[in-house]
Amino acid sequence: MIRFALALCVTLTLFAAPAGAQTAEVVPAGKTTGKILDVKAFKDSSGIEVWLVEDHSIPVISVNFSFEGGLAGDPENKPGVARLVSILLDEGAGNIRSQDFQARLSDNAIEMTFTAGRDAFYGQMRTLTQNRDMAFDLLSLALSQPRFDPDAIERMKNANVAQIQHDMGDPSWLVARSFNGMLFSGHAYSQPGAGHLASMTSITRQDLVDFTKAQFGRDVLKIAIAGDITEAEVKRLVEKTFAPLPLQADVAEGSFIQPKYAGKTILYPLDTPQTQISIGGAGIPRADKDWHAAVVMNYILGSGNFDARLMREIREKRGLTYGIYSSLQSMKQSALITAAFATSNEKAEEALSVFREEWKRMAEGGATDAEIADAKAYLTGSLLLELTSTGDIAATLNGLQRDGLDPDYINRRNQELMNVTTADVKRVAARLLKADDLTFVLVGKPQGIKPDILLDRPPGMKEPARK
Amino acid sequence: MRLFGCVFTIAILALLLPYPAAAGEKIFNAESFTLDNGLKVVVIPNHRAPVVTHMIWYKFGGADETPGKSGIAHFLEHLMFKGTPTVPDGQFSRIVKKLGGNDNAFTAHDYTAYYQNVPRAHLERMMQMEADRMKNLTLREEEVASERQVIIEERRQRVDSRPQARFQEQVMSSLFVNHPYAIPVIGWLHEMRELTREDAFDQYNEWYAPNNAILIVSGDITAKELEPLAKKHYGPIAAQTLPERKRTRPAPIVAAPRLVMEDARIGQPVIMKTWRVPRGDDGIDMVAEIMGGTSTSRLYRKLVVEKKMAVAAGASYEALSLNETTFSIYATPAPGVSLQDLEAAIGHEIALILERGVTLEELNAAKGRKRASLTYYLDSLQGPALLFGRVLTSGFSIDYVENIVNRLEKLSIDDVSQAASTVFRNEDYPVTGILLPKERPVPTPAPTQNQSGSKAAPAPRTQGVNP
Repeated sequence: MIRFALALCVTLTLFAAPAGAQTAEVVPAGKTTGKILDVKAFKDSSGIEVWLVEDHSIPVISVNFSFEGGLAGDPENKPGVARLVSILLDEGAGNIRSQDFQARLSDNAIEMTFTAGRDAFYGQMRTLTQNRDMAFDLLSLALSQPRFDPDAIERMKNANVAQIQHDMGDPSWLVARSFNGMLFSGHAYSQPGAGHLASMTSITRQDLVDFTKAQFGRDVLKIAIAGDITEAEVKRLVEKTFAPLPLQADVAEGSFIQPKYAGKTILYPLDTPQTQISIGGAGIPRADKDWHAAVVMNYILGSGNFDARLMREIREKRGLTYGIYSSLQSMKQSALITAAFATSNEKAEEALSVFREEWKRMAEGGATDAEIADAKAYLTGSLLLELTSTGDIAATLNGLQRDGLDPDYINRRNQELMNVTTADVKRVAARLLKADDLTFVLVGKPQGIKPDILLDRPPGMKEPARK
Repeated sequence: MRLFGCVFTIAILALLLPYPAAAGEKIFNAESFTLDNGLKVVVIPNHRAPVVTHMIWYKFGGADETPGKSGIAHFLEHLMFKGTPTVPDGQFSRIVKKLGGNDNAFTAHDYTAYYQNVPRAHLERMMQMEADRMKNLTLREEEVASERQVIIEERRQRVDSRPQARFQEQVMSSLFVNHPYAIPVIGWLHEMRELTREDAFDQYNEWYAPNNAILIVSGDITAKELEPLAKKHYGPIAAQTLPERKRTRPAPIVAAPRLVMEDARIGQPVIMKTWRVPRGDDGIDMVAEIMGGTSTSRLYRKLVVEKKMAVAAGASYEALSLNETTFSIYATPAPGVSLQDLEAAIGHEIALILERGVTLEELNAAKGRKRASLTYYLDSLQGPALLFGRVLTSGFSIDYVENIVNRLEKLSIDDVSQAASTVFRNEDYPVTGILLPKERPVPTPAPTQNQSGSKAAPAPRTQGVNP
């Protein structure tokens, strides 16, 4: 049920998602000057880094945490282990069996979600103040003593298989799968996060146990908390909650990968009225000194704002798509600049040609002073809008922790953006936007496009998709 | 903005959502007044951060369209961003962005709504621009032509590329015989192609008026502060004679409709039964919650956990609607289980609730869950504003929300039995929908209901999780 509710939620998001939500930057934008948040940072006795923002106006507490690791933790040929762990941790722990655990969560309105990401395993919890201690106790049990009962494993494998079967008929999933499978070919990032039908058969209970033991180490844990809780309470609860976990994780070190198939067009033919298009090229790491200039440049190019260049040229002027976005993706072992949209099969060629022109125009000319001023105004002015719930605040802080930034960065970030100059934007545009080196991944029946590579199944999957 | 989609999901249950407060206490402390020209204003104070949500809701939606012009309400919503003499050439969104805000709009059967989330300091500018476009829209023929292409691409992306979405259109058509909910908000493709500039202006001139609108502002503001601003900007717009909002009444469903769709891109079978039921009924909402609201509710526990016949199962009730609404049950069979057996098992659960009702324990737990979860509404800027907008455009009052707790306290197990009878002993047959993969049988998330259009395109898939 929980899984299902989430699926519904995602569907509805697609129906109603407003624009402008997608600067790839982890940090939301903000007020031009002054203090945005009062972040307290401290370590517990085992060295876990904790950031806290207190807000006692509503009796709600949000906790976001991450264990560095991620997809690379899936054993060779068994993708989907991390995913299964993420949906099984709340299916019983310690002496509490699945239905009882679920009832304790739902009857007390404790929200607990785990997500297996590329670079980290994430946890998210929200509770009412009155149920605070119970929530942390359940979290501690879930992480340190998950039951992994055979019937729960089977139930969640079935649910995950159902999701995979659904995904394989979904053009937007197919394009993302083809994109990751090809650009990261040979690297852990190329693996399908949910696994495939074969791995759902071969993954054993022991694989799940091994994953939790290896990944959930206190040395790779970062925690951000926001809401109705004091520093003293946080210290006590963090200590108690995570103490049962091993001090050190045993996480494989990955290696950096540059995106593959530069300059190639890859097609996965599918009988649909539209072509889904995903485009990528080498990006910029979060730690690069030109990161903020790249954020400004990307906002102007393709933030999804109706006035961004790609949106204006491809949607507003020509009606070729419902929406187009570009984004910066900084990962631990790679960095990409990407763009994605869908267009009718007949118009795919025209849309891609306009796309290339806009990419080149920005690469060659950069942006105007007026565009840059507008971008800075939005990026700095909207920060507070992104921090209106305890969940938003905790998630933002955990992102900053993971990026290796200091607790005061959020109060400095707008100044960093304001310091970006027209020359900076031009330099970073010339460096990042190489139209000839982009990889184009298409799913559909695009007319007038000659692919260099034709896929007959989604890469990384053992089974052909449904057509 | 994932928040948005999720808010809608919550809103489906919401009405029932009791709150944490003691009986008799108000949840949101919403304040309301009406201007001389008939504009109703609702203020929901929330002083956590210096930001506001400003929304205008028109009591005009897809179900109010002229026959043969399906999709015009949603098309008009898109065109409202094109311009006025004082804010021309698509500058509306550009100005919002420059001020550090986000804006968008959405359309459903019973309403069209526009919103901006902005720093408090810029609220007045939003009011000025929104009031301006209530009456002063200008449209060039070429803008209309390219935007028509955009909504067609939107339909292709959100409906035509997804068999589940096309199927849901058929279910609604069968359920709402002789009623406009049978027509999709986005429109039928053949009619969308014929929509003109004149069609848009016809609807705009008829329905967009202060006495057909509701202004909702939530965030760092009080009614006392807002009233003079509302008078200044919206006050001068004259009220006008409105068309009668009359809807044809749905016809009886005297034969049991059974819809079957086979599609190669459907990953797994799904069975769903949908009943046409009264709106705004607390008892029916409890039936949905107890039968299928969580992973410990009856359908999931019996069908998925105990009998292992399904990989997913649940129920939902859409309380907010101007006319009759829907109650649905869905399930996805586990591998090797036939749809006939699964349908019989669902029938058994229905018979059980009709014969024996629910236990006091189940009802109290359900009430408790809803009460607790309402606090989370307060942990959000936009959530309460969306809820009030939907409530008021569905013909309910502010008190309907504020008094939820009192009503729920009084709700007895007999009331829930009565509600179960209202749903399942309905004289109108339910629509039974079956989705099937074309080749081999395998398991899909339940289709969603009452989709609303949105001006903005969906954002790209999140990057944290690897598709």
